[in-house]
Amino acid sequence: MTEHNVCDLPGIVARWGKDPANMVQILRDVQESCGTIPSDTLDQLARLLGVPRVRIEATASFYHFFHAESHGAYEILFSDNIIDHMAGKEALKQYFCERLWLEPRKLSEDGLVYVDDTADIGLADQAPAMLVNGYAVPALDHARLDLIAELIRAKKPLGEWPPMLFEIPDNVRLAGPLMGEPFAPGAALQATLARGAEATLAEIDAANLRGRGGAGFKTATKWASCRKAEGEALLKKHAGPPQVFLGPLGGEPSEARFSGGDHYVVCNADEGEPGTFKDRVLLSSHADLVFEGMTVCARVIGAKQGLIYLRGEYKNLLEKLKSVLARRREANLLGRNILGEQGFDFDIEIHLGAGAYICGEESALIESLEGKPGKPRNRPPFPDRCGYRNQPTVVNNVETFACAAKIAERGGAWFASIGTAQSTGSKLISISGDCQRPGIYEVPFGVTVQQLLIDCGAEDAHAVQVSGPSGTCISYREFDRRIAFEDLPTAGAFMVFSPERDMFEVARNFSHFFAHESCGFCTPCRVGTSLLRNTMDKLAAGKGSAYDMHEMKNIMRILQDMSHCGLGHTAANPVVQTMEKFPDAYEKRLKKLDFEPAFDLDGALTTARLITGRDDEWAHLDND
Amino acid sequence: MKLKVATCSLAGCFGCHMSLLDIDEKLFDLLKVVEFDRSPITDIKHCGPCDIGIVEGGVCNAENVHVLKEFRKNCKVLVAMGACAITGGIPALRNNVDLWDCFQEVYHYGIGLENGQIPNDPELPLPFDKVHPINEVVRIDYFLPGCPPSADAIWKFLTDLAAGHEPKLDYEMLHYD
Repeated sequence: MTEHNVCDLPGIVARWGKDPANMVQILRDVQESCGTIPSDTLDQLARLLGVPRVRIEATASFYHFFHAESHGAYEILFSDNIIDHMAGKEALKQYFCERLWLEPRKLSEDGLVYVDDTADIGLADQAPAMLVNGYAVPALDHARLDLIAELIRAKKPLGEWPPMLFEIPDNVRLAGPLMGEPFAPGAALQATLARGAEATLAEIDAANLRGRGGAGFKTATKWASCRKAEGEALLKKHAGPPQVFLGPLGGEPSEARFSGGDHYVVCNADEGEPGTFKDRVLLSSHADLVFEGMTVCARVIGAKQGLIYLRGEYKNLLEKLKSVLARRREANLLGRNILGEQGFDFDIEIHLGAGAYICGEESALIESLEGKPGKPRNRPPFPDRCGYRNQPTVVNNVETFACAAKIAERGGAWFASIGTAQSTGSKLISISGDCQRPGIYEVPFGVTVQQLLIDCGAEDAHAVQVSGPSGTCISYREFDRRIAFEDLPTAGAFMVFSPERDMFEVARNFSHFFAHESCGFCTPCRVGTSLLRNTMDKLAAGKGSAYDMHEMKNIMRILQDMSHCGLGHTAANPVVQTMEKFPDAYEKRLKKLDFEPAFDLDGALTTARLITGRDDEWAHLDND
Repeated sequence: MKLKVATCSLAGCFGCHMSLLDIDEKLFDLLKVVEFDRSPITDIKHCGPCDIGIVEGGVCNAENVHVLKEFRKNCKVLVAMGACAITGGIPALRNNVDLWDCFQEVYHYGIGLENGQIPNDPELPLPFDKVHPINEVVRIDYFLPGCPPSADAIWKFLTDLAAGHEPKLDYEMLHYD
């Protein structure tokens, strides 16, 4: 339990270098120490940072984890993915609220506790799960909720809660080259330095490594382009004497900073796609591999500064990651003259997200790193030429960096020998849902869905959602398809559904997710995702008609054609695909073939009848 | 034979109807092919069987629903004209305000009110707690966007329909800034 309302604003601002670009981090710290981000704080911040208040407000109001009103000493957020629902989340949440005499989304009378939902928190293998003041608690059941309720009633500070509540096993069920083989920190860097930057890039190229975030862009192409791109420092060098350029945290004494950092390495650890949790495990147990991959990248592109954007839901990993970074600095794997190589300076700092799925999109992530609302940029230019602080930036997924480290250590040919020709290497699959052994499966690309289902103990599966809501829903008729960029590309999520599951409800859950996570920048997505959600709710209420099905298809077309970024382009996928593959799930919900009003006509007059005291014939409507 | 057209304004400002009148002298050409049934232009109170029904404004009360259902029942083609009919528009701004607060402000606490009472005459349309776009109440065949749609857009839309083909508006007619 944090002591609220004692907030050392000047201290926090100073800690982040008085740099408005660190706004998200500053606001996180403010909220951590005050419990809220009060309105007058925004004015003070505006003065301290020398930026208009609206700029701060824009950021403060954008992120789900920031709020102006108090959420009490204990903020409880239940993970709201369909997998959590299947594991009984709704009933457990209700049970918990009843135990504490609470209503969801309403601060308790004594100002102690607040309960709400949040998007998937990366624990689908241990669902249902929750965040308590930002810290993840997995595998909820009645016993654990009883305990938590007791602790809250006793007002025990979070630090004194039993550590077993926060224990999160990795659940690695099948390990391969990334997770199964020991890795000596520094091995990949030594190989890189021995080989040289150019030759290392050639190895990454020969390995045919493709981005693990789902899109599968060729990593070597991205790195090569960034390497070639001219940054500000270089331009200044052409222009005249070099100017001192402070890194993002310019001036902070505790961590090493270097001037002249004009290229950046950014690790995308905003693993927000519901059902994905492989980066959680990589960062929890293989962080060296990831940081080493980033350092190899820094060597290749000539970066001095690296950033890892860790999703806010993974706050429990922060201390661990910081200690790994400290250890690597001590071992001279980070810092100045890395491994004795003159002029090879590089360091990594961690930025925490604040609960915005859209920040997984690389340009939105960069905006967020720069302290702004996470809204995707217009592209081109792509980050490899104009990224963080408008400088050449490589943004890669956590797993991509881990692979890069392995390739630097063992060579491109070795990596290319695993998987298929177009999809080389291994892939971490996060399996959850109706199976006996949920967890991480590291498999070579090209594996069939059927094989994965056998591995995890889900032979009777009816459907699988590959790569999360924005991915592909496949039915039991297509289980011979393969996990590979050429067939089923995936960021790693693999949610299994048994024949008893209602695929309509799955799609409806996802439609709520997208409506909540749309950043609101473009109208097709902001309005389209809401309309889709409303229509799905209408069908769920048994008031659907053929007209609604037709309308949803129209909305999908608009979302796909007109949206600004990938969120909107894919937001309709779950509905489109389940409609196509499980039409029965929809048809049984259609009340009429022609048309059915979107709301209860007579019910919508209830309030006015109460206010006016009328009950005449004209104060009622037929619902037909 | 002339096409029969009915028009009405629900929770709207009559701006779309003004735009309809902005067709100006071409109204005479229009009248060569269409005949107006229920419409503010004719002051006919109820519509009979029509080819085209044009609805301005969203649905904010019970009476709007009766009118809208009458139009749906009688019109072969029903058109939502303008932003309010399509999305709820300006009247839907009240959706963020509690209905009870609205009534209090209007009848109890408004400036210059003394002993204000909330009217309960059955002749007054009873308001919904929220304003809705008309496609949430009846099936709509065409949406003619704009606030208001330009006279040219309305002209093009009606003449296309009268000529018996799918209305098609050029980009310029749908481009607003």
